[in-house]
Amino acid sequence: MELAAQLSPGGGRQHWRRGLSRGVAVLMGLSALIVMTPLFLVLYFLIRQGASSLDWNFFTQLPKPAGEPGGGMANAIVGTLELLGMAAAIGVPTGVMGGIYLAEYGSATANYWLRFAADVLNGVPSIVWGMVVYALLVVPFKTFSAYAGGAALGLMMVPLVMRTTEEVLVLVPQSYREAGLALGIARWKIITVIVVKTALKGIVTGVLIALARVAGETAPLLFTALGNNFWNHNLGEPIAALPLQIFAYAISPYDDWHRQAWAGALVLMLLILACNLTVRFFSRERR
Amino acid sequence: MPNLVSNSTPPETATAPAPPGPGSVPVAADDGPAFDIEGFSLWYGPRQALDGITIRIPARRVTAIIGPSGCGKSTFLRALNRMHELTPGTRIAGSLRFFGEDLYAPAVDPVVVRRRVGMVFQKSNPFPTMSIEENVLVGLRLNGVRDRAFLQGRLEESLRMAALWDEVKDHLRRPGTSLSGGQQQRLCIARALAVQPEVLLMDEPCSALDPLATAKIEELIQQLRLRFTVVIVTHNMQQAARCSDRTAFFYLGKLVEYDDTRRIFTTPANPQTEAYVSGRFG
Repeated sequence: MELAAQLSPGGGRQHWRRGLSRGVAVLMGLSALIVMTPLFLVLYFLIRQGASSLDWNFFTQLPKPAGEPGGGMANAIVGTLELLGMAAAIGVPTGVMGGIYLAEYGSATANYWLRFAADVLNGVPSIVWGMVVYALLVVPFKTFSAYAGGAALGLMMVPLVMRTTEEVLVLVPQSYREAGLALGIARWKIITVIVVKTALKGIVTGVLIALARVAGETAPLLFTALGNNFWNHNLGEPIAALPLQIFAYAISPYDDWHRQAWAGALVLMLLILACNLTVRFFSRERR
Repeated sequence: MPNLVSNSTPPETATAPAPPGPGSVPVAADDGPAFDIEGFSLWYGPRQALDGITIRIPARRVTAIIGPSGCGKSTFLRALNRMHELTPGTRIAGSLRFFGEDLYAPAVDPVVVRRRVGMVFQKSNPFPTMSIEENVLVGLRLNGVRDRAFLQGRLEESLRMAALWDEVKDHLRRPGTSLSGGQQQRLCIARALAVQPEVLLMDEPCSALDPLATAKIEELIQQLRLRFTVVIVTHNMQQAARCSDRTAFFYLGKLVEYDDTRRIFTTPANPQTEAYVSGRFG
């Protein structure tokens, strides 16, 4: 029986195949481990080095001058939140509307070039965004400002939000659009009330992912928000941000500041983790 | 004043007293044709889907369109409320008059056309983010109707016409997608009826349903013909024979034969029709 012979164990060929199968399985297991390890390493080091410096003062006080112990990063935490708020104000409407255009209105040629532009922009190094905004908003107004920082982060969000919005809108079945049209509902109402609402979870997820992505950006803020050791009372002036503060402290020669940098990194990481967990919550299937 | 151009809600279609019809089922008065179509052709890009269709579809009757797959019957149905325009690159020729008005005149707004010519699709498609109630009323609400008492009345009326009221009246707030397949299809019919169109186009509305749900919808169609013009595309010849007054047989984009349903199924004039309805091809 030929088939039986092929299925029966034994024979050099069979051994070789099984060996190969096992080898590949081990390789894939290792790859999975390599993916997981850095996450745990990052969390482990951040907690080990940063948790000890995390106290109430860290969240409520301004940085102390070098050599003076204590102090915190309250201004940087608030600054990061303000910058993210401004970034969202720029990036979310522009990105979502761009995504709607791509999914619902754009012609094939327009969409080809728009997608191409968005994909190229997604790959633009973040420091280049910083330089562009520096030239556009910092030089003409002759001051670093929170506005410029928010604009840099917001512009980075646009292509990200646009592409994810387009992707989730395209997933909304055509039959819902047809059902709406057959009821004599105007197209823009179908898109806003029915299509976007159906895809809302996906859009929110995309926005949060984009926010998490830009929350940790340092380079675009270097020549825009600049950083600030005090509270920012005017968005037209430089503002502190967690990544900037971490950067400044980490390259400083003081041990105390190093510890604070670790704590800042931990807080930033937790902020991004919170974003990602919210994404999980939103993208989870309910019912 | 051409009605299709104005943005007002369509005039109430009054139920005419039913004169004693030829059959046992009551029939509405003969109002002449709802659609008067002459030499109508349609192309998808270079491919011709409909070829010189000339047909008069009577108002307040059920007209069935039968024919093998790809014969253009769905395309024809979608041309009746300009839904085919969603497919890019379509082109038409010929005339299509709806109660005397040219449906394709440049001034005609397709959105207004579709408010008067509603449609039910093959696959039920209630909006997943909306409750049963919201699904039924969405067409009115999005067209600016706010009067709560009016909406409530229309909700019950539409669900009753769709023979769904008794099954859902106690949980109108549940998601539309929580209903069974047959109920979802009747919900879609209620949604289409709520805007009170003059015509209801049905594109194989029962093809995804079991025989019981199908029987319910067919019974419903019998009720609807007193107030609405119904055009139904079906693959199921028994269905066409059971619930339509007139039947059109399409083949390869052409209208082969169009007559009273009884004649189409008993003594068709065309041998192709005869072969199709007797199940010898298609």
